[in-house]
Amino acid sequence: MYAFEFARPRTIAEAVKALKRDEALALGGGQTLIPTLKNRLASPSVLVSLTGIAEMKGVCRTDDGMVAVGGGTPHAVVAREARKLYPALAALAGGIGDPAVRSRGTIGGSLANNDPAACYPAAVLASGATIVTNRRKIPADKFFRGMFSTALAEGEIIIEVRFPVPRKASYQKFRQPASRFALTGVFVARFDDGVRVAVTGASEGGVYRWKEAEKALTAAFRPSAVEGLKVSPKGMIGDLHGTPEYRANLVRVLTARAVAAA
Amino acid sequence: MPKVTMTVNGMAVSGEVEGRTLLSDFLRDDLGLTGTHVGCDTSQCGACVVHLDGAPVKACSVFALDAEGAKVTTIEGMANPDGSLGVIQKAFQDHHGLQCGFCTPGMVMSAAALLKENRKPTEAEIRAYLDGNICRCTGYHNIVKAVLAASGQDVSRIAAE
Ligand SMILES: Cc1cc2nc3c(=O)[nH]c(=O)nc-3n(C[C@H](O)[C@H](O)[C@H](O)COP(=O)(O)OP(=O)(O)OC[C@H]3O[C@@H](n4cnc5c(N)ncnc54)[C@H](O)[C@@H]3O)c2cc1C
Ligand code: FES
Ligand code: FES
Repeated sequence: MYAFEFARPRTIAEAVKALKRDEALALGGGQTLIPTLKNRLASPSVLVSLTGIAEMKGVCRTDDGMVAVGGGTPHAVVAREARKLYPALAALAGGIGDPAVRSRGTIGGSLANNDPAACYPAAVLASGATIVTNRRKIPADKFFRGMFSTALAEGEIIIEVRFPVPRKASYQKFRQPASRFALTGVFVARFDDGVRVAVTGASEGGVYRWKEAEKALTAAFRPSAVEGLKVSPKGMIGDLHGTPEYRANLVRVLTARAVAAA
Repeated sequence: MPKVTMTVNGMAVSGEVEGRTLLSDFLRDDLGLTGTHVGCDTSQCGACVVHLDGAPVKACSVFALDAEGAKVTTIEGMANPDGSLGVIQKAFQDHHGLQCGFCTPGMVMSAAALLKENRKPTEAEIRAYLDGNICRCTGYHNIVKAVLAASGQDVSRIAAE
């Protein structure tokens, strides 16, 4: 690691100020950023840790019936505190990585990183959640901009994520056991006015909505509704863990499983 | 250099560290607590697991300065006050849950975190919880058995392998 200064502000306002410094970078749980720093793939002058900011942590229900998760909330806390409020979200958080990763890794860090195989982006996109930053509110449909790319500007931090709670939902993850990420994962959310389906781990463009399945499931919410649909392997990720064809097939299989489990 | 202060195994400690100093380095190099092992340094193996304010974390993936004011427990804090092995440690010894012992500190710390959350875990729950702890020697079977035994459950059903 290159050397850097370490700042640990106590409030969002202090963090935002510290992040205005030249070459400043936010640190969430560090589960991605610390390995990146070790590989010398980033060289911030100052690392602004968000772990000491109490107002960015925790899960609660808002007055308008949404579930709000603080941007600095570790996965293990979401797994615990969202269990009653949004069970499918809690289950997803409880299935990320391993227990030690879940103690540290945060929802804000996961979304800002937008790893193409990460779990949270699927929940956020399928739920139609809103990402609240220190500057604005970004709808999920406008947030993800392809692999490792988001709508966030430099120095902008995720302070909260607001989830509308679906009537029924399920996340099905086909685990890549070595990395513990999703080889492919599908989040299905059924709302009163329609179904949303988000796919992670499959496309080279990162997380995306499978609109055909949404249409079919809005018409009939049962696993067989997606059986006849075709998923093209074009643009799917191919690596030693799975070919594009394999992932394309997983998308359909996992969607059907999610519908059955919801 | 900035100063960091924390409580490690019940003792108040402090030291001067760099921004980039990892908690694992602070524990091992500054405090001499070399029981926390560093196997991969890439957050994959779990040999470095310690408890930070009660939660299991990989000490190779936390900055020392981020543990400011925190309570840290390492494998050195798992023995009984008289120095004899704690319940989980003893179970690892009794059930042959280690061979070279490199992964053992992390295994014991993860097992302790599990048993705090879930006093009587099933075999499947133990295997799932120890997912982030890699052992290249034992084949895991006796580790799982040791954790089951440490939780006071019958292990006679599980054959020695
Ligand atoms: C062994 C292992 C297994 C894993 N398995 C999974 C898995 O199964 N599924 C999964 O989804 N993830 C997995 N992860 C990733 C992990 O869960 C974290 O979500 C991820 O590392 C990023 O979160 P973080 O809080 O650690 O962020 P950091 O590593 O601290 O930061 C990542 C990036 O986000 C930025 N950032 C951090 N917080 C904020 C914020 N609040 N606002 C704006 N920007 C911010 C940082 O500047 C940095 O660029 C795994 C990681 C490891 C090490
Ligand atoms: S040394 Fe920390 S996880 Fe391997
Ligand atoms: S006993 Fe050797 S690595 Fe586990």
